[in-house]
Amino acid sequence: MATMKNEIDFLLHLADNALIIGHRNSEWCGHGPILEQDIAITNIALDYIGQARNFYQHAAQLINQHPTDITINQTGNNMVLPATEDSLAYLRDVREFKNLLITEIPNGDWAYTTLRLYLLSEFELQLFTQLLQHTDAQVAAIAEKSIKEVSYHVKWSQDWVLRLGDGTEESKQRMQVAIEAIWAYTGELFIQPDYATAACLNYAAIQAAWNKKVSAVFEEAGLNIPSKTFVQKGGPDGMHTEHLGYILAEMQYLQRAYPNSEW
Amino acid sequence: MVNNTIATNAIWKILETVKDPEVPVLSVVDLGVIRAVELEEQQVRVTITPTYTGCPAMDMISMHIKMALNAAGYQTTIQTILSPAWTTDWMTENGKQQLKAYGIAPPIGKSFDQTYLDNLIVPCPQCNSTHTVLVSQFGSTACKALYKCEECKEPFDYFKCH
Repeated sequence: MATMKNEIDFLLHLADNALIIGHRNSEWCGHGPILEQDIAITNIALDYIGQARNFYQHAAQLINQHPTDITINQTGNNMVLPATEDSLAYLRDVREFKNLLITEIPNGDWAYTTLRLYLLSEFELQLFTQLLQHTDAQVAAIAEKSIKEVSYHVKWSQDWVLRLGDGTEESKQRMQVAIEAIWAYTGELFIQPDYATAACLNYAAIQAAWNKKVSAVFEEAGLNIPSKTFVQKGGPDGMHTEHLGYILAEMQYLQRAYPNSEW
Repeated sequence: MVNNTIATNAIWKILETVKDPEVPVLSVVDLGVIRAVELEEQQVRVTITPTYTGCPAMDMISMHIKMALNAAGYQTTIQTILSPAWTTDWMTENGKQQLKAYGIAPPIGKSFDQTYLDNLIVPCPQCNSTHTVLVSQFGSTACKALYKCEECKEPFDYFKCH
């Protein structure tokens, strides 16, 4: 049943991506540059938490149907069974998280946050479109649902990349600084994780489509793509930056200190 | 069978009294989230689909559906499905008119292509002027965008095509 373990790991990867970027975006709540944009990014965060719930719920269902395939994770800890969306979000440790590094790096300024969201959501749009062909109908259904939301995320974040890139001298410079800082985390988007074995996936095609769209937007915004090609990687295999531990400490503290508490 | 159809129609009537908590002029039927109603004896199974995956109103909508049907004497279970994904195309004409009367511009266009993402002209629900500008793609909830009317100077919500 290696394929089942692969599917569960892949679902956790998608769920963790959504949860962590959702958490990062939610940090802007009450801190946005203007009220309307504060509300916008918080609504986007909500979309991501909703997507994370869908992926976690499905992963939990598969884990509970195949407990022997998954109970021993990479670090040798036992997973809490029966799994639920909450146990997967709140009771796994940092090395068990499979999110992309680009989702966990700190928000920086508004340019940094909107650029990161743009680069990630263009990737998600391509990935989820491929997942429409997934043999597991529920994965395809979650992808179908998510694409509608991601389309608006692309639109919103792309508008900010254009507006700041093609804006004042300072906004342009901030956007270019953000590009230089984030670029090293974009290569990881196109490294196919070992467990991403579904036949519908084609990461080379995702990369080609992403390059084309991002290049066009950068050109329109008057921004440069860095020539540096160094790639930070490891997130989908549980090797994270120091930042993820702090996110999990904040997110998981309550459930770990007061198990099963509700509000 | 005929009795069953009559009884199912009665359930749809009850569902029309259940409102979206965020947009209280829209019933869950007008909103298009009810995908199926099945009745066996006094057991009802209602299949719903979420508008947005993270919409916090969905839990409340499920609860209100259950309460309304229980009050009418039905045992109710709610099933949630994701596919086919909810679209504003399923919103009823009545629902769209209710929205406009309430001051929210109803969705424009169909969801099958993505032209609605670009260059959309949304008439003001107050004064019908097309001289309006987008303030933010996300308004008071994820399903709405925020616009401003340049004629009557009023801000308004637009229920996005989805």
